[in-house]
Amino acid sequence: MPHPAALELADLTRRYGPVVAVDGIDLKIPAGTYCCLLGPSGCGKTTTLRMIAGHEAVSEGDVLLGEANVTDLPPARRGTAMMFQSYALFPHLSVLDNVAFALKMRGVDKKTRHDKARALLDLVAMSPYAARLPSQLSGGQQQRVALARALITEPQILLLDEPLSALDPFLRVKMRAELKRLQRELGITFIHVTHGQEEAMALADLVVLMNGGRIEQQGSPRDVFNAPRTEFVARFMGGHNVFETAAGKIAVRSDLTRLTRGDGPRPAFVRTIEYQGPHVHVVVATADEAEHLAMIPEAVFDRDPFEPGAVVSIAWDAEAAHALA
Amino acid sequence: MTPSTIARHMVAWAQAAPMALVFLAFFVIPLALVVTVSFWDYNDWEMIPTFSGRGYTESFEGCLTKLPEACTMLKTYGQTLKFSFLVWFFTLAIGFTVAYFLAFHVTSTTWQIGLSLLCTIPFWTSNVIRMIAWIPLLGRNGLVNKTLVGLHLVDRPVEWLLYSEFSVVLALVHLFTFFMVVPIFNSMIRIDRRLIEAARDAGATGWQTLWNVIVPLSKPGIVIGSIFVVTIVMGDFVTVGVMGGQQIASAGKIVQTHLDALQFPVAAANAVVLLAATLLIIAAMTRLVDVRKEL
Repeated sequence: MPHPAALELADLTRRYGPVVAVDGIDLKIPAGTYCCLLGPSGCGKTTTLRMIAGHEAVSEGDVLLGEANVTDLPPARRGTAMMFQSYALFPHLSVLDNVAFALKMRGVDKKTRHDKARALLDLVAMSPYAARLPSQLSGGQQQRVALARALITEPQILLLDEPLSALDPFLRVKMRAELKRLQRELGITFIHVTHGQEEAMALADLVVLMNGGRIEQQGSPRDVFNAPRTEFVARFMGGHNVFETAAGKIAVRSDLTRLTRGDGPRPAFVRTIEYQGPHVHVVVATADEAEHLAMIPEAVFDRDPFEPGAVVSIAWDAEAAHALA
Repeated sequence: MTPSTIARHMVAWAQAAPMALVFLAFFVIPLALVVTVSFWDYNDWEMIPTFSGRGYTESFEGCLTKLPEACTMLKTYGQTLKFSFLVWFFTLAIGFTVAYFLAFHVTSTTWQIGLSLLCTIPFWTSNVIRMIAWIPLLGRNGLVNKTLVGLHLVDRPVEWLLYSEFSVVLALVHLFTFFMVVPIFNSMIRIDRRLIEAARDAGATGWQTLWNVIVPLSKPGIVIGSIFVVTIVMGDFVTVGVMGGQQIASAGKIVQTHLDALQFPVAAANAVVLLAATLLIIAAMTRLVDVRKEL
């Protein structure tokens, strides 16, 4: 497969009239990275992906791939390929012809392009289905075909627009592992748009969390999760409680949030208790109606179980607290 | 069958009954009558209800003996098929282009509806008036000829503009292009826009996308529109008569002439032949695309 190249976005901006969808993004994605663009709907992640792909005009800024400025190149000449949300397979073409489509457009003869397409169908374990039409495939199978179709041009970067959102939860976890395996094997960059933080954490080497057209925080999943920069990051990544303190807002991981029976410096009362296996999820509410979640190990909870309505005090170790910007 | 399933069957039949009765009364029975009468005998002033193939044999009289020269019947059918093909070709070319523009270049729904309504303007006046309206435009002293002569592009008025095959095809195309636009537009509007992007992502040029994605996915609309246009043109005799200056024969005209002469069995036989010819064309077209799948 091809030589991977690094991608750089420089002050990338997209405006729709007065609305700024993507607001001056700077981002470097090293070659061979699994990058997840993460954020709530409307945060500009899909627009960013589409600008990288060349399906969306850039208002300002540049897209650099390796040494080349590809900002104004058509999609097929960038060295990127896109896998569309809900796959966009051609309904009138067989699986094999779908995969071979890009080569047909380049005028590659039938035998060569079909051989190449078969090799890619092998890669995604879809060879037995080559003669079928897309409508005769399940969602997971369609996705594999879409992957093979995107990979046939040997892109340096594969762009995936919410690739797992159309699948049921079981298949989603399975395909997630497969995407990661494929990315490792091919050694090319995957840029994967998702609104699921769990998906991003499971897959990404680099998580780019976006909000309101800007990058809120980027880094490895571990860095982003353990050191959220802002309240938005802490809340979006989940697993954190945000507390007001004299020194400003801080974030504390839910599993490092402790509850002690009786009144204390941070009083609250227990609202709900959910048993989740290794942890018991205890939701407590303070006097100002703010809810916090404490994930208490099963054994610790069993030693002194709470009842809903019990008065508790919230506490954490000093090193568990992260100041938020 | 339990009583409840019988009741459910009854309800289903009752629901289908009104349409079925209308269909029976206004389509199946008249058609059966026409077929029956086509096999009746006749003399100069009455039809005789005994079985006879005369209606058919006399219509095709001399067609076999004269070969290879075409008899009147075959010539007329040739003329009608030629009109059908030409009108089909031009309505398809224009209809596809208009539908493509409406579906892919007009982005706002309001404009799409507005421009579609604009296409229906020819239907605001009667068929006859629309045909007559060509006369001041195409006649010997019409607007086109005056302009051509005035610009010294021609010495004398062009004769083939009106009462010619040209004017027949022009009028038919004008009348029926809309029947092509609607079904093709309907097919195109259902094409997922991401498919166009996917084609572009795969490096397809505009023409390649048109040919490899849009045309195949518009096929059901193309076939439905083609059926509309071909069936109408195959049976038309008014437009061919008026725009052809009553000088051009058509399959429908044969039926009408025999009807005027009160030769009902011959007229019925000709109608059945015309129906069979039209059904053959439709059968051939539906072989290309499974239309039912798309409805």
